[in-house]
Amino acid sequence: MIAVLQALADGLMIGGVYGVIAVGLSLVFGVLGIVNFAQAEFMMLGMYVAWFAWRYLGLDPLVGAALSFVAVFCLGALVQRLLIQRIMKAPPVAQIFLTVGLLIVLENSALLLFGPEFRTVKTAYQTRALMIGPIFVSVSYLSAFVAAVIVSGGLWLVLTRTWIGRAIRATAQNPMAATLFGVDTRWIYAVAFGLGTGLSALGGGIVLSYSSVSPTSGSQYVVLMFTVVVLGGLGSVMGALVGGVIVGMIQSLSTLVMPIQLQNLALFTIFIALLAFRPQGLLGSPSR
Amino acid sequence: MLRMRDLSGGYGPRPVISRISLDIAEGETVALLGANTAGKTTLIRAIVGTLPSVSGVIAFEGRDIVQLPAHRRVALGIACVPEGRHVFGQMSVRDNLMMGAYHRRTEDLGSDLADCFALFPRVRERQAQAAGTLSGGEQQMVAICRALMAGPRLLVLDEPSHGLAPLMVAEVHGAIRKVNARGIGVLLVEQNVSSALKVVDRGYVLESGAIALSGTSRDLQDNDTVRRTYLGI
Repeated sequence: MIAVLQALADGLMIGGVYGVIAVGLSLVFGVLGIVNFAQAEFMMLGMYVAWFAWRYLGLDPLVGAALSFVAVFCLGALVQRLLIQRIMKAPPVAQIFLTVGLLIVLENSALLLFGPEFRTVKTAYQTRALMIGPIFVSVSYLSAFVAAVIVSGGLWLVLTRTWIGRAIRATAQNPMAATLFGVDTRWIYAVAFGLGTGLSALGGGIVLSYSSVSPTSGSQYVVLMFTVVVLGGLGSVMGALVGGVIVGMIQSLSTLVMPIQLQNLALFTIFIALLAFRPQGLLGSPSR
Repeated sequence: MLRMRDLSGGYGPRPVISRISLDIAEGETVALLGANTAGKTTLIRAIVGTLPSVSGVIAFEGRDIVQLPAHRRVALGIACVPEGRHVFGQMSVRDNLMMGAYHRRTEDLGSDLADCFALFPRVRERQAQAAGTLSGGEQQMVAICRALMAGPRLLVLDEPSHGLAPLMVAEVHGAIRKVNARGIGVLLVEQNVSSALKVVDRGYVLESGAIALSGTSRDLQDNDTVRRTYLGI
């Protein structure tokens, strides 16, 4: 019983971070209608930004994650204006080619610039844990979870309470009508792509606080990201956050019955089952 | 207020509307009539700026706007109720109305909202509901209110009565008269010719992309061609 509670608590905390990583992918699809296969590579770049901020500026990765957001937001917005904008109305095949190409370029650029080694950060709280009742709570998981909750709340506020947020939602739902009322949708597409990739990068910075980064970190997270987003319904921001928590819990519960090395087996099984039986996601509606 | 000269345009190399000249005076209500595929919606799209290819002159309050991008026209005072309503379905009715005022980006919208609610009390009751869950007539009310929130000098309505029950058509047309009484010019596109002619001062009849006939609503009501073709008398 305690083992189950422990697994649920771990799953909740890790899952909250998964939500932040995946919400960017969902946002990009919801607003631009593009499946960004390079999304996890933007996360990897965010992890490197946070690592360099820790190494050379002495910033905690949870603080450095803010820098990851800003840097990758700018990069993402630029990539949208220069590359993605050209294939906005192109057939899906062209869109897949471009974003997969971007994935390869980003991964190999990272290899060239940063080398193949795994890099980790050291923080004072990394090995600490709290006892809450019978449950062990790792301080780095807990602080990562708190950061994820703050980011999700901030995103919700921006999307519902600001003019730019309303314009983003309006553009996602009906770009023609948004244009009629003064929204420059080309600008919104750049902002939304920057915001989406920036959020994944921010999530990457948070992940770095208890994990490591290498040029192939993206491929470690890409299936997880897509599972979360498909679970929550592609394009749904709320769905991605909830989906993240569910995936975190499934992963963590699976370690109770399977060796920890097989935790991705549970993930893949669920991903395939979802695609087979409920491709619109648990929260998504069939149309989108 | 709006002056159109020799306007041609369409979606590709072949024009859908050709050499159209049309005027709307300050505070006037004008109807654009014609059968399906006559080019009415194409003409509207030229005015609001969403038509891919246009040539000729559209002057709004003396300024040529033909090359002005669509998202910059609403700030000049042109607001549109598009065909098929196009409300933001998953946003609340209130957020839909606020999006109408997007070009002003101010939170101080109390009196504009009050004007909308005076026109359609039902919209006030539905404020918190997602616009996509409303009935067709209610969505039309939201679409009209959203356009009014832009603070327009000219309101362009594309088939606002399409698919609505007769009672709702009367309510929408009544609202158009009230809007015009506030000094806002109206361009009304309708297939429902007889009821449209009761609302407007003047009308243009569009046929195969060109203006076939124009006149005051009384002239058009008495015109033999209009009576035979559109009024079925």
